[in-house]
Amino acid sequence: MTRKPKPDEMEYYQQEDLLKLDWRPPSTPWMDTPVEFRPGTYIYPGKAKNLKVLDLPNPRDWAVTDEDWKLPDNWKQIVLEGMAERLSKYRSFKVFMDICVRCGACADKCHFFIGSGDPKNMPVLRAELLRSIYRKDFTALGKVFGKLAGGRELTTDVIKEWFYYFYQCTECRRCSVFCPYGIDTAEITMMGRELLGLLGLYVNWVIEPVANCYLVGNHLGIQPHGLKDTLEFMADDIEEATGIRVDIPINKKGAEILFFTPSGDFVAAPGIYTCMAYMLLFHELGIDYTWSTYASDGGNFGLFTSHEAMKRLNAKIYSEAERLGVKWILGGECGHMWRVVHQYMDTMNGPADFLEVPKSPLTGTVFKHARSTKVIHIMEFLADAIRHGKLNLDRSRNDHIRVTFHDSCNPARAMGILEEPRYVIRSACNHFYEMPENTIREQTFCCGGGAGLGTDEFMEMRLRGGLPRGNAVRYVQERHGVNQLAAMCAIDRATLPTVCNYWAPGVEVTGICELVANAMIFKGEKRRTHNLRLEPIPGMAELDEQSETVEVGADE
Amino acid sequence: MNVLLALIAVVGLFLLGLLGGMPGLRWVAGVVIPYTALLLFTAGLVYRVLSWANVPVPFRIPTTGGQQRSLNWIRQQKFENPSNTLSVIGRMALEVLFFRSLLRNTKTEMVDGRRLVYATELALWIAALAMHWSMLFILIRHLRMFTNPVPFFVTALERADGFMELGLPPIFITTLLFLVALAYLLYRRLANAQVRYISLVSDYFPLLLLLGIGISGFWLRHLSKTDIASVKEMTLGLVRFAPVVPDSISTLFYGHLFLVCVLLAYLPFSKLMHLAGVFLSPTRNMANTNRLVRHVNPWNYPVKVHTYAEYEDELRDKMKAAGIPVERQ
Repeated sequence: MTRKPKPDEMEYYQQEDLLKLDWRPPSTPWMDTPVEFRPGTYIYPGKAKNLKVLDLPNPRDWAVTDEDWKLPDNWKQIVLEGMAERLSKYRSFKVFMDICVRCGACADKCHFFIGSGDPKNMPVLRAELLRSIYRKDFTALGKVFGKLAGGRELTTDVIKEWFYYFYQCTECRRCSVFCPYGIDTAEITMMGRELLGLLGLYVNWVIEPVANCYLVGNHLGIQPHGLKDTLEFMADDIEEATGIRVDIPINKKGAEILFFTPSGDFVAAPGIYTCMAYMLLFHELGIDYTWSTYASDGGNFGLFTSHEAMKRLNAKIYSEAERLGVKWILGGECGHMWRVVHQYMDTMNGPADFLEVPKSPLTGTVFKHARSTKVIHIMEFLADAIRHGKLNLDRSRNDHIRVTFHDSCNPARAMGILEEPRYVIRSACNHFYEMPENTIREQTFCCGGGAGLGTDEFMEMRLRGGLPRGNAVRYVQERHGVNQLAAMCAIDRATLPTVCNYWAPGVEVTGICELVANAMIFKGEKRRTHNLRLEPIPGMAELDEQSETVEVGADE
Repeated sequence: MNVLLALIAVVGLFLLGLLGGMPGLRWVAGVVIPYTALLLFTAGLVYRVLSWANVPVPFRIPTTGGQQRSLNWIRQQKFENPSNTLSVIGRMALEVLFFRSLLRNTKTEMVDGRRLVYATELALWIAALAMHWSMLFILIRHLRMFTNPVPFFVTALERADGFMELGLPPIFITTLLFLVALAYLLYRRLANAQVRYISLVSDYFPLLLLLGIGISGFWLRHLSKTDIASVKEMTLGLVRFAPVVPDSISTLFYGHLFLVCVLLAYLPFSKLMHLAGVFLSPTRNMANTNRLVRHVNPWNYPVKVHTYAEYEDELRDKMKAAGIPVERQ
C-alpha cells in the first residue's frame, strides 16, 4: 500500500483542487469571518528556548490550534502602546494607516491572493486588519463612530487573525509598485509582526534561525569547524569536476575583501553549486578574499522579525569587516539580504568609515554608487569584470541549458538590480528567454516562500503563492523549452524547486554564478565532462565515453 | 448597506443645507458655516500634514520600479528608480499629475482553467484621472466667483471648457467628465465584488458627496438658474471679510454650498487626505541612493549584540582544532 501524503508534502495537493480558484469574496463581511487554522496554511510557533536566546518577551511553548495562546495579562495595553510607539517612529506606518482610499488596485497583485482567493490576502485588506484597530483607537472619527467609521475592537481573535495573515505575506512589495500612493504592505506586515512579537508570538521557522544566527553566526547554526568542513567538501567536488583545487580563506586578517552570502547556500542543492561557483571564480580571478565564520550569513531573518532583531544580526558584518581589516565587502546572490544591506545596514550599523570605496582588483572600476555602504553585489562585480573581458567564458558549454530568469523581489523592488544579472546570464548562456513582462523585473512574482515562510508545514500556501511564478515558468517551458530557472536568491533556490516541480515539472533551479562557473574556462582545468553538480555535460560526456571506447579498442 | 448609509448621510446633509435658505438662517448658512468649514479645512490640513511631517523617516525605503544607477554603461531608469532630487521630483510629478503607478494596473484572469494572464486594466486609471483633473478645472472655474476682476486664465479656461457650445449657458466638458467619472467610480465600487467587499461607509461617502456637489452645481447653472450676481456678491463678501447675504439667492444654492462646506470640513479627517499624503510617502518620495549616501535614523539606538569576543570564547577550542585563526589562544 502506498503511503498517504501529509499536508506538509507537495503530493498531498491536487492541482485541479488548487486551480479551482474563486476570487469572489464570501458573503460574510470580513470583520465577521473568523480565521481557520488549516494544516498547510500556517507555521508552527516559536519555541521558548529560541525566544530566551534573544531575550524576547513571553517565552513559552504553545500551539497555534490552542484556544488559549497564553498571552500576557495586559496584552491589549502592550499592543496599543506598541502601535502608538511605532506610529510616532515610522512615518511610513502613520501615512500608510491614513491615506489608503481602498481603490483595490493592489487586490489581485498579491501572489497569495491570486493563488488562494482569500480576500484577506488582498494587500488592502491585510492592511485593514491593522487599520481597523488604528481607526478605532487612534482616530477621532473612529473613536466617535466606531464600526461605522471602519473601526473594530481589539480582541484575541484579531490577534489570531494578524498571526495568520502577517505570516501569509512574504513582504515582496509587489503591491507597492501598483499602489498610487506607494503604500508598502511589507511595512504593514513588519509592523504587524513586531506587535505580535511584543506578545511573544513568533513562528519558529523565523525565530530559530534568528537565534542561531545570533549565537553562532548563521541561520543554520553551523559552527566554525563545521563551516570549514562544508567548504572543504565543496572544494573536493570542485576538484572532481574541474581538476582545480581552490583555497578556502577563513577569518583571514588583512584580506582585501570580506565575502558573505546566505548560509542556505552552504548546505542544500542547488544553492551549494552557487557557493562552489563563488570559490572557483575567486580562485581563478586571484581575488584576495575571506569568509568569516562569525559573520557567516548575509541572510537576515531579523528582517522578518523586527527592526531591532535585524539590526542585532546585521551588526556582525561591519564589526567583522573591521576586525579582519578588509578594505571592502562583497555580497553574494541573495534576495532579502540585499534589502537589508541596501536599505538598512548603513543606517543601522554604519558609518563604515573604516572601509574603502569598493574597487575592482580586476578592472580598477570604482563602484561609486556604493561609496557609503561599501558593499557591492556579486552581479555588479561580475558584470563589470565580464564587460572588461576578464572572464574567459565559453557559452556553448551551457548550450544544453535553456534558461529563464526570475527576478527576486528585494533586488528588483528595493534596489533595481535588473540589467546586471541579465548581462551576466547572457554572457554565460546562449539560450536565455524572458518570462511574460507582467511577471518579471519590478513586477516580478514572489516564490511564495520569502519572509520566512519557506517551510514545508506551510506547503499549501507555498504552492498557492507559487502559482503565478510557476505559471509563468511553465509558459516559457512550453513555448521555448526552458529547462532551467536562474535566481539570485537563496530562498528562491530553496523554495522554487518545489514550485517548479509542482507547477512546471522538468524545470530545474540554478544560481547565476553556477551558470558562469560552468561556462568558464579555467587555467589548468581538466577536460570538463561534468558540471558542478557532477552531472555529465551533454555533448562533452558522450565524447569522452567514445574516446574511452576507442582507447579500449586500441589496447586489444 | 454601507453605500445606503452614505447615501442617507449625503441626502440628509443636502436637505439640512436647504434649510439655510430660510430667511432666519441665511446668515448662519452663508457666513458662519462657510467660515467655520474653511477654518476646519485649513487648520485640519495643517494639523494632519504636521502630524505626519513630525514623524521621522528612520529608513530609506523607496520602492524601485526600474533599473538602478550602478555601472556607467548600464542605462538607469531615472524616473522609475531615481538617484537624485531632480529625478525624485520627476517621479513624484508623474505620480501626482498622471497617476503613474495606477497606469500599471492589470487584471488577473484565469484562461482555460490553468493559465494566468494579466490584462492591462485602464478603466480605473482613466476614471481617476478624469475625475481629479476635471475637479481641478472646476475649482479654477469657480475662481470667477471669488475674484474681481476675473483673471484671464479663468476666462480662457471657461472658453475652452465650453467649446461644445451645447446649451445656454454652455455645458462645460469638465462638468460632464466629473459626473461621469464619479458615477463610474461609484459603479465600480459596487460592481467589483472585491472592491465592494473592502468598501467602508467612508469610501462611499466622499463619492456621493462629490456627486451631490456636482449635480447640485449643474442644476444651479442649467436647470434652476440662480441669481449669479447675488451669489457673487456673497462670495466676494466672504473673500473680503465683509460678508453680505443677499435675499435673492435660491434655496438650492444653500444646499450646494452646504455640501461644499461639509467636504471642506470633512476632508482633513478622512481618506481624502491622500492628496497631501502622497507627497509624504517614503516609498515614492525618496531617491534610491541607499549605498551612496548614508541615511541617518534620528532614533537609532544601541542594541544588544553577540560580540565576536563572546563568540570566540564559546567556540575557541573548536576553532583551534579546525585550524581557524583566533584572536586569543
